[in-house]
Amino acid sequence: MSKLQNFFPALSLAVFLAAWQGVALVLDSTLLPSPVIVAGVFWLELVSGQLAYHLGTTLIRLIVSFTIAMLLGSAIGLALGRNKNLDAFFDNWLVIFLNIPALVTIILCYVWFGLTETSAILAVVINKLPNVIVTIREGARALDQDLLDMARCYRLNRLNTLRHVIWPQLHPFMMSATRSGLALIWKIILIVELLGRNNGVGFQLHLYFQLFDVASILAYSIAFVIVIQGIEHTILKPLDKKSQRWRR
Amino acid sequence: MTDIQIDIRQKVYPAVGQAAPHAAIANFELTLNAGEFVCLVGPSGCGKTTLLNIVAALDQDYDGEIRIDRRQARPKIGYIFQNPRLLPWRTVRENIELVLQGRDAAETVDFMLETMQLTRFQHVYPERLSLGMSRRVAIIRAFAIDPELLLMDEPFVSLDPPTARQVRELLLELWRKRPHTVLFVTHDLREAIALADRLIFLSPSPMSIAGDIRVSIPRHLRQDETEIEAFRRQLLDGAPHIKQLL
Repeated sequence: MSKLQNFFPALSLAVFLAAWQGVALVLDSTLLPSPVIVAGVFWLELVSGQLAYHLGTTLIRLIVSFTIAMLLGSAIGLALGRNKNLDAFFDNWLVIFLNIPALVTIILCYVWFGLTETSAILAVVINKLPNVIVTIREGARALDQDLLDMARCYRLNRLNTLRHVIWPQLHPFMMSATRSGLALIWKIILIVELLGRNNGVGFQLHLYFQLFDVASILAYSIAFVIVIQGIEHTILKPLDKKSQRWRR
Repeated sequence: MTDIQIDIRQKVYPAVGQAAPHAAIANFELTLNAGEFVCLVGPSGCGKTTLLNIVAALDQDYDGEIRIDRRQARPKIGYIFQNPRLLPWRTVRENIELVLQGRDAAETVDFMLETMQLTRFQHVYPERLSLGMSRRVAIIRAFAIDPELLLMDEPFVSLDPPTARQVRELLLELWRKRPHTVLFVTHDLREAIALADRLIFLSPSPMSIAGDIRVSIPRHLRQDETEIEAFRRQLLDGAPHIKQLL
């Protein structure tokens, strides 16, 4: 990448902000506040502690539901990918769960289990689980049988086989499930919070929607985008780089 | 060290689509004496790899048994596959250490790396190795576990002749220092004569033993091509049925 290209991401952001500021000045409407106004609201929410509280609450829900969905989905996906009978038995159910609208699952969880934290997490996990299963199942189907035979022949125990032979092959699929998972889960969490919780970013967005406070809606959205970008650049990309260091 | 008996009454591949069931191996009985280097020689596709996979317990769908000293048991096996099957995400040394599963054998690994002239490359990932070097790593990995039986499935195939010769000599050097019972598969008779104590000739469809011949050339003369050629000619002239197989 040339030196000029290094500045392209910052340049594109600057162009976007300038365009936004320009359009906001021309329209002069509370429906589209300028970036400067949104930044002001962001700062006020930050110093008041409201942003940290609601963002933190949502993040905890994200971490818990993401962890459960990834662990459970990986185990089930691996089992389905390696066992044709199991796969044939569950395949139709997987397609059904993939296509159930998120809203339906969320409402049913709240109706059946009450407006509780467990229902909220369960609703998010149910929505994300099929995606993880399908991705990891593809990875498990693509496992190199020659390497698995080598592991068997040299009598590697299950843990070593999983850790050193299977896991590195599943890594690209895990990263794909992680990235798509984060993108999907945080969107679902906001709906879950909007419908049945009294805290979190989704709850705040709902509140500001009722007040038609677009600046606050944008401030909270931007805060979440920053967090997701932070996760991508501080955790996922370095992890990717480290695990792929053996490639030429 | 122990004797190993291979007794495969029948191995049949089931019907697939229009193809009828296919008997790959029938009435195959072979005893490998402790420390013996045995070469299986037979035409391509006659079932040699199938046999090795059965012995390695990678294929368990057959009628027969593998015994150690007449007891039914699974020998500890070091398998050198045609394709080296190294884990690309582990360095040369890590690939070898993985099969040791925590056993502290740093000195053994160092010694083998040195014998196979790979010490310089021990921290390199397999993608950066040539095929010949990868094969040498696979050989070390197989020796490292101190196996009761070493299986080698045409480990020099698709190497250029000088590299194949170099790897072969390094293999023999390692085997002399650490003698193990070896079952070596090849379709190259000269290679088999250069390596083996015993040659087992295989006839195809279904695979069975067509000849069992001891190589009489002393080991120190095995590098002499004329000795090997003379033995080969004598063998083929004296056994036309084997000549037909090759």
